[in-house]
Amino acid sequence: MSAPQQGILDLLALHPPGWGGTLLAGAASTIAISAGAFAVGLVLGAGGAFAKLSGNRLLVRLLNLYTTAVRAIPELILIVGLYYAGMDGLNRLLAAVSIPAVEINGFVAAVAVLGFVQGAYMTEVLRGAVLAIPAGQLEAAKAFGMRPMLRLRRVILPALLPNALPGLANLWMSITKDSALVAVVGYQELALATRLAGASTKHYFLFFLASALIYLAITLVSNVVFRLIERHVRRGQHTLA
Amino acid sequence: MTETSFQALRVDDLHKSFGPNEVLKGVSLKAQNGDVISIIGSSGSGKSTFLRCINLLEVPDQGRIVVNGEEIVLKRSRTGRLQPATWRQVERVRTGLGMVFQSFNLWAHRTVLENVIEAPVHVMGVARREAIEKAEALLDRVGLYDKRDAYPAFLSGGQQQRAAIARALCVDPAVMLFDEPTSALDPELVGEVLKVIRDLAEEGRTMLLVTHEMRFARDVSSHVVFLHQGQVEEEGSPSQIFDAPLSARCREFTGMAA
Repeated sequence: MSAPQQGILDLLALHPPGWGGTLLAGAASTIAISAGAFAVGLVLGAGGAFAKLSGNRLLVRLLNLYTTAVRAIPELILIVGLYYAGMDGLNRLLAAVSIPAVEINGFVAAVAVLGFVQGAYMTEVLRGAVLAIPAGQLEAAKAFGMRPMLRLRRVILPALLPNALPGLANLWMSITKDSALVAVVGYQELALATRLAGASTKHYFLFFLASALIYLAITLVSNVVFRLIERHVRRGQHTLA
Repeated sequence: MTETSFQALRVDDLHKSFGPNEVLKGVSLKAQNGDVISIIGSSGSGKSTFLRCINLLEVPDQGRIVVNGEEIVLKRSRTGRLQPATWRQVERVRTGLGMVFQSFNLWAHRTVLENVIEAPVHVMGVARREAIEKAEALLDRVGLYDKRDAYPAFLSGGQQQRAAIARALCVDPAVMLFDEPTSALDPELVGEVLKVIRDLAEEGRTMLLVTHEMRFARDVSSHVVFLHQGQVEEEGSPSQIFDAPLSARCREFTGMAA
């Protein structure tokens, strides 16, 4: 096999034999997995934070177990473990009610597992953000006759966002990279696509560099988005600058 | 006793403890429509706690609260603590009690105007346009029309407190509760807030005012209550409390403050 020497542009071309398209598709799945896991994490985190703050002893214990375990165990182990255990558990459950076993879509599994992990961190970020709301803000809401759901929507959520946003931005940055871990269960995202391209062409350096630049681009764009959101949620506050 | 004027507020035998600390040991109070009642006393006498019990920001351990003819139904829980039978009722009653806090407590993420229309629009269901019209008139009245689109953090303490008073007025309260409204202000800003409160007193608003401003309490009040260690030590007209108090403690306190 004596293929002509390929140039960088040929290797990165969007269509085969170039690998650019594969990398970009991988980047798209990375973003999709990250966004999905972030959303699942937000829901779990919000539920976890408010449940912890409710002071219900049983709930608090369960959630302490969740946040401690997830934050103590390396993510790689969690992902492999949750993926296979989750799959196995689900199929056993299905078998128990005599439904045939299913193969879980890799994307759904990745989002579920990463979201479960994000949820533990978000529980703590959001709990801290709620605790940092000045008590007077809530007292005023009560004193004007707001019901609990209205207080949550009109006072607590908007008041916790400025406190939570830096932590949430951190979690988003780390999920964009941690999503690479789902490659170990065979789901193709940017990191796996990169390895594939490198292995097929032996141009490892080129593809790893290209992929590093894509991760960097994702981060830079995220920074801009978070800065805009932060400016909005902090509109009532003095800036330190 | 004339019962012709309508009773805006009646509190009977209020008790409240925090842990082993009994802060209120049976405080009662009646306010007719148009009364301006000042509650004075040294720190720790229970005056703020008393005010906060009236709108159930603190749940009393014992006692009765009747606002505008409606009694807040309290019942004992299984653990023996008093609690509202339904929070719905408390929320409804609270809407009729405009509260002004020592530390203003404007919602930091909303502009002055948004703060003022928040409860009318979202709690009382007033149409937004109507609420804005009313809020702008109130802001004009407290001298903050120009600041209606500013966020609270960008206002002086005096301006924030005047905005908070407009917020409390915008719910058309049967009774206004002022919890040391000038205690967090720089001395030069106290005057502008007291002027607004004085105007409200003169137009016949029913108000309960917890304050350390003795001269002001004497000027605007129809009735003064002196609390000492969780009990009403003495009450009466301003001239009685400030000029001829019967209790030695009251004499000492008002004499010291004058």
